[in-house]
Amino acid sequence: MLILTCPYCGVRAEETELAPGGEAHLKRIGPDGSDEAFESYLFDRTNTKGVQLERWRHAYGCGKWFLAARDTVTMQVYGTYEAQAFGPNEDVQATVRVRHPDWSYKL
Amino acid sequence: MHTGWKRAWAKATPKDRYKVVVVGAGGHGLATAYYLGKNFGIRDVAIIEKGWLGGGNTGRNTTIIRSNYLQDPSAAIYEKSRSLYETLSQELNYNIMFSPRGLIMLAQTEHEVRGYKRTAHANYLQGVATEWIDRDRVKKLCPIMNIDGPRYPVLGGLYQARGGTARHDAVAWGYARACSDMGMDIIQNCEVTGIETVDGHVTSVSTSKGNIGCEKLALVVAGHSSQLAGMAGFRMPIESVALQALVSEPIKPCMDVVVMANTVHGYLSQSDKGEMVIGGGTDGFNNFTQRGSWHHIEETVRALVETFPMLSRLKMLRQWGGIVDMTGDRSPILSTTPVGGIFVNCGWGTGGFKAIPGSGWAMAELIAKGTPGPLSAEFGLNRFREGRFIDESVAAGVAH
Repeated sequence: MLILTCPYCGVRAEETELAPGGEAHLKRIGPDGSDEAFESYLFDRTNTKGVQLERWRHAYGCGKWFLAARDTVTMQVYGTYEAQAFGPNEDVQATVRVRHPDWSYKL
Repeated sequence: MHTGWKRAWAKATPKDRYKVVVVGAGGHGLATAYYLGKNFGIRDVAIIEKGWLGGGNTGRNTTIIRSNYLQDPSAAIYEKSRSLYETLSQELNYNIMFSPRGLIMLAQTEHEVRGYKRTAHANYLQGVATEWIDRDRVKKLCPIMNIDGPRYPVLGGLYQARGGTARHDAVAWGYARACSDMGMDIIQNCEVTGIETVDGHVTSVSTSKGNIGCEKLALVVAGHSSQLAGMAGFRMPIESVALQALVSEPIKPCMDVVVMANTVHGYLSQSDKGEMVIGGGTDGFNNFTQRGSWHHIEETVRALVETFPMLSRLKMLRQWGGIVDMTGDRSPILSTTPVGGIFVNCGWGTGGFKAIPGSGWAMAELIAKGTPGPLSAEFGLNRFREGRFIDESVAAGVAH
């Protein structure tokens, strides 16, 4: 059972309380974007095998969107952070690097 | 009694170079290789596999075969596939135990009634033999069903009399033996670690068994398509999620049709051994573990128990998950790629087993000619940029 802590209300929520929202930190493409950029934004995914930064919504709780660092191979949750952040905070990064010392992320 | 069995396909060590290297010795990869040899005379082929032959989703599905899709391109390729299944045992001289026992997709909401009537009309125009049947006919075809609800009453169904099941392992083994007999090399425990290109054209693949040169490369790896595409330097519109199924203890024959209940994400058939084979829904999040979330099993079983009350006393023997490759429109990708000589066949998502022969047929044509034929033309990667979706997530519901 997947358990994530909502960074807003602090509740340790199990997955039936949560709605998954796919990869995080996608660059939103506006009306000026090329077809290629728009396709990439809408459909192309890194689909990471390993540490993935992703979106979740505390659907049956406070209702807020938040972000999480989760391992798609081991299902380990390294930490959660606010949806407004441009990347995982130092604590989350440090937790990931305990398991994956060379890990880095691209935005 | 069980003596004298011979090796069905030859053990092979990789040569330096092949005309075509197919990555992935599951049903789709093997069928691709088989039709390359049979339809196009291309036999200088290696099929390389990270694990063991048929050990991925080919061995982890619910063996359902049907072609009652809404959109024309889907109906064409799935019906091609279903019709190839009809004679596959004879063609391969290998008993794949194709059992066209009939398949009902239950309508349990008014929305589904309208949807399936529409599909029946579409299938009529496409030349796919399906029909809308009322609830009494459903009950007659499947007497163990409780059609009165209360929560999920059966209102009718979309019936495909020539839908059914086949023995999933045998499909892979039959194609493998035929490929081997044509002189192709099937190399197991051979993981691809890199893809080399020169001037935007593939030249070789690096594997755990050394470097293998190739003129053309086919990536037929389902849930790991994004990873292989990443090695070649492009991204895919694919997300990998877990899809689960489970099987009960064997019981006496009680059900001789396949029933799919898409409202509740459950589908059910009885295997020749007597086990009730139950398929469930997918998780919503990316996952490479071949395990799924428990609550999906709970949802599926809870709903099926209402429609099939006798299931409530059954013990479940096994549960498993496969990593399925989901696309944005829930339709597959058979396509050229940004890299010359590399072709992808993936995105079959939750419905790949039924498509194995047709997928191999269309993919072989794509590889041999370098451009898509009529079966695969609509399934190119460019449809995501151009907005030409083949939207089966609406047409078929989630269960595939």
